Amino acid sequence: MLITCPYCGPRDVSEFAYQGDGNRTRPDPASTDPEAWNAYVYDRLNPAGLHNEIWQHAGGCRAHLAVVRDTLTHEISSVRFAREHGAPAHGRRKPGAKA
Amino acid sequence: MVEQLSPLEPVFRPGSHGNFVDGVGVTLSEIAPGSIVQLAAWPGEEKKLMATIGSVTGLKLADGAGTGASSERYTAFGFAPGKFLVSDASEGLATAFAGKVTAAIGTITDLSHGRTAIRIGGPKSEWVLAKLFAVDFALAAFPQGSGISTTHHDVFTQIQRSGPDSFDLYVFRSFARSFWKMLCHASDEVGYEVR
Repeated sequence: MLITCPYCGPRDVSEFAYQGDGNRTRPDPASTDPEAWNAYVYDRLNPAGLHNEIWQHAGGCRAHLAVVRDTLTHEISSVRFAREHGAPAHGRRKPGAKA
Repeated sequence: MVEQLSPLEPVFRPGSHGNFVDGVGVTLSEIAPGSIVQLAAWPGEEKKLMATIGSVTGLKLADGAGTGASSERYTAFGFAPGKFLVSDASEGLATAFAGKVTAAIGTITDLSHGRTAIRIGGPKSEWVLAKLFAVDFALAAFPQGSGISTTHHDVFTQIQRSGPDSFDLYVFRSFARSFWKMLCHASDEVGYEVR
């Protein structure tokens, strides 16, 4: 499987580290809603087909990437820097920020 | 400055080795630059940082990923968005950048004692490196002066093409001896000279 890093070009998947589902929306850190946190930590779509994912080019430029991968074929249909359209949907996302 | 000792010293054996009866395929050497510095620009400050690199080293960096250049004394190349590795044959490069790369532009990290620079040259250098890294080393895909960052079995390596058949490899100092031995093994079949 090759992932075409926007900076480095096509590289072997062994250079990349999977950072998780790119669909998650982090609740407001001040939130005490257990349902929201449970959904953030555990609920996954697990689709058979296109899937939004966050990868890091850990063995290359170290950039975090927003990748769309087909879970049936491993075909990568799009790669962009995760920071290009705001922070990735998980992690350091600001409360209320749009995806 | 503290004297720099080579981590390769115990395994550095000058001379010809391996299958060199039909000629030496690659030459391996340690470059040992006086200083190695990593420069990182804050988002949007990349152009200013590149201009600063130009003013200190005289190297003109073109736009684009992995852009690089080298002169008799300096080398510089981009290895990640907004990040550059710059080396100087003399010591004190970090001091030269201090004050010029301001806190508003980015950061300076002195890696002079943290990286070991190895040069592989010769007609078989692309062949040998292709055994270790899943990267296209052809001149068209990897032009002279440009740089990349990649990894071999978790040994993070930054590579700059220093000539049509010559590459400079920057590896973590603590991995350098192991990496050097592996490079020697990989060069065995084509015959290699250490100097």
